[in-house]
Amino acid sequence: MAPASVRDLGAEWPAKRDPMRRTGSLPLFSSIVIMTLQAAFPNLSIAAAPRAVEYKLDNGMQVVVIPDHRAPVVQHMVWYKVGSSDEPRGTSGIAHFLEHLMFKGTDKIGPGQFSKIIARNGGQDNAFTSNDSTAYHQAMAKDRLPLIMEMEADRMANLKLLEKDVENERNVILEERRSRVENDPGSQLDEQMRATLYQNHPYGIPVIGWFHEMAKLSRDDAFAFYHRYYAPNNAILVVAGDVEPEDVLRLAKETYGKIAANPATLRAPRPSEPPAVAPKRVNMVDERAGQATLVRHYIGPAYPKAAPREAEALDLMMKVLGGGSTSRLYKSLVVDQKIASSAEAGYSGEALDTGRIAFYGVAADGVKLADLEAAMDKVIGEMVTNGVTPRELESARNQFIASYVYESDGIGALARRYGWGLVNGQTIADVEDWPNRLKQVTADDIKMVAAKYLNIKGSVTGWLEPAAPAAVKTAKKS
Amino acid sequence: MISRIATILAVSLGLQFSTGIAHAMKIQSVTSPGGIKAWLVEEHALPLLTMQYGFMGGSSQDPASKPGVANFITAMLDEGAGDIQSADFQEQMETLAAKMRHEAGRDSLTGTFQTLTANREKAGDLLALALSKPRFDADAMDRVRGQILANISFASKEPDKVAEESWFETAFPNHPYGRPVDGTLASVGAMASADLRAYRDRVFGRDNLKVAVVGDIDAATLGAFLDKVFGGLPARAELLPVPQIEPQGGPSVHTVEMDIPQSVAHFGHIGMARKDPDFIAAYILNYIIGGGGFASRLMDEVREKRGLAYSVYSYILPLQRSSVYLGGVATKTDAMAKSLEVIRSQLEQVSKDGPRAEELADAKTYLTGSYALNFTSSGAISGQLLGLQMQDLPIDYVDTRNAKVDSVTLDDIKRVARKLLQPGKLIVTVVGKGGDKTPQN
Repeated sequence: MAPASVRDLGAEWPAKRDPMRRTGSLPLFSSIVIMTLQAAFPNLSIAAAPRAVEYKLDNGMQVVVIPDHRAPVVQHMVWYKVGSSDEPRGTSGIAHFLEHLMFKGTDKIGPGQFSKIIARNGGQDNAFTSNDSTAYHQAMAKDRLPLIMEMEADRMANLKLLEKDVENERNVILEERRSRVENDPGSQLDEQMRATLYQNHPYGIPVIGWFHEMAKLSRDDAFAFYHRYYAPNNAILVVAGDVEPEDVLRLAKETYGKIAANPATLRAPRPSEPPAVAPKRVNMVDERAGQATLVRHYIGPAYPKAAPREAEALDLMMKVLGGGSTSRLYKSLVVDQKIASSAEAGYSGEALDTGRIAFYGVAADGVKLADLEAAMDKVIGEMVTNGVTPRELESARNQFIASYVYESDGIGALARRYGWGLVNGQTIADVEDWPNRLKQVTADDIKMVAAKYLNIKGSVTGWLEPAAPAAVKTAKKS
Repeated sequence: MISRIATILAVSLGLQFSTGIAHAMKIQSVTSPGGIKAWLVEEHALPLLTMQYGFMGGSSQDPASKPGVANFITAMLDEGAGDIQSADFQEQMETLAAKMRHEAGRDSLTGTFQTLTANREKAGDLLALALSKPRFDADAMDRVRGQILANISFASKEPDKVAEESWFETAFPNHPYGRPVDGTLASVGAMASADLRAYRDRVFGRDNLKVAVVGDIDAATLGAFLDKVFGGLPARAELLPVPQIEPQGGPSVHTVEMDIPQSVAHFGHIGMARKDPDFIAAYILNYIIGGGGFASRLMDEVREKRGLAYSVYSYILPLQRSSVYLGGVATKTDAMAKSLEVIRSQLEQVSKDGPRAEELADAKTYLTGSYALNFTSSGAISGQLLGLQMQDLPIDYVDTRNAKVDSVTLDDIKRVARKLLQPGKLIVTVVGKGGDKTPQN
């Protein structure tokens, strides 16, 4: 992300380039990062994963505290159990738009003052939206925790929006969409592939929204969404860092605890997918494509809804297939056959309804995507037929373990680990026991999930091919 | 290996947290028996070690005719060393659950190494081999070449990258800072193992090395570890001279045509050297103008008040042989002229009147209060400690820095605003459809 020049700065004064705040996270693969954290040798995980403490306020708000006393700072997050897939039809992008508007103020906090007050207190704040959840978070010195809890609780119930601020912010999200999607053919391909893969479930609609619908989002749309979903009984507080659980509970009672529950806040189940009948394809030609690229997505299970050991088996299988330069895919396509310049794959199940299995390859110079796809299918087919070797399975487990320990080193990562799990319906025990469940996965489990989920009918294949500028211009006129 | 997973697979949130200055973070200066120096923070709570190290030089040490050598090397260091070939090397690293990653910038080539305590010595052996006896096998070279060429080809279509590259090319003609860090299709296409070897022999010298270590290790053990990892390197580096340079030729506007709905601009002029006594005042000033996210004027004027852009920012980039004050904005094609006008007028106003007293006060409370957030994880701490050494700052800097920020007065910052900001000399590069009447120089 950061260009090389920023690295030149070294440490002091990290030059903040693009603030990237209030981003519409495009989910599923954001969580491949998260999932990578969640595996470990049991002996190491005990050292690495502080046990979280959990409470429930009288109004139904969940409170999770993860003490870590190494530095005098805290990470504070509020997760709402609502995301873009809960939007009323025709108002795509409203979940993310509301996330932006949440920074506009309340009776107590003037327009645009929220982030400024956090900054004046030496804090950093941001927020993100996914298909299934929306989160607001701040990092700051631990003595400012009461302030931030008061401010976050205030905007949970007392949001105030001026028409002028809504107008401006709508232009901002349209610019954000242009940056993230319209200016990036890879991102456009991803959007098209989702829209094709999901025939009935709203995961086919982009988190940031379709441009033409975003352009019409109103203050009323935002408030309707806010009043329905932003309530303590639909939220989870996660605090990690140099705090004592009882202190956080006391502060939570004094702030979030004063807000009334909203019994009408429960979200409706989303429409589910019909049985997959035929494989789907998206072929894009774009002069800005750089190098010919192949992407394949399959619908997999969501972690909280998967059958026992299924999701864990998928993590391990996909690590063997596509996790890094020792993976089967890389060895076969890049090292041995030299038909791809890069190739990788992964599974991401941090979602409410379904997860995603993804494969990715960049064609080597002069190689046709059809040939690359055939070679990739051969590697996938072999997994379905023969599964993994004991050595591969062990190595994949060890890699997860190391990542887990490394990532336990920061309170931001810790807070996210618990937040992602809980907001999608897992329990703290589910989150903390994950390394042990990984250990129980057998080679047979992997064969089973390979056969079940690497089913071409439940997939979409995307091609992104560069075209000569002249050809594109001609195409545009027609 | 180099991966390009960014836009399609890994759409991550783009947010980083840091944790804070540890309760009593003690930075030790360690010198190994063999004379290698490092800064160390002991942290025994987790059984792991993070080491960051860097050789000064980076891409500015690439031969003029061969841009991209430093970057190429960074991708080759885990592709086999000593008697161990690429696949075997990577498998051994993986078995040990150790990580090594290298990166080239304009002024330095840096590495990050992480290992669990239990595997420290074995992983250290592999790192030592990688640095002192990289193989640079033809087969691995070709594979990495393909990846770098693909990256260059992708980057040549990414508006933000193109705008940045074009800015440096324009501001630093015929100078190493004006050449692309990743190299060009031609230079990378022709890169030979002899080029990499020559660079490594010249730049990877023990006298050109800075090391920062955080984690589960004491000073004595670290001493022996440093000798093992870096002891095999040449004693002295032989760096090419890099001339001092200021950004050339402002004011100017350069447009790169690209058929995209949103244009991207980078703008900048001379900045402030890290050694300049006014650097901290300039840094605070930048926070107020465009470095402070929603607390900054540019964000307020361009985004919050006018809805012109999602992203607008500025920063000071102190290079070893130059310094630049840079910024960027992305907005739909027909709003670019307007956005640049708003930015220019803000720079003019701050240059003339300076910031307001409360802006300075707010900037100070943020910068001092949030400093701890840069010292959270082992990775963050070691990154800070390496950066301080690369900027030749003293080991007590972490303790004195907040007082330095607090001591800047309104008069200081007004004086520095007049000196630093030169909106009449901005070099601007715009990538997009030239539909608007962007002036051409």
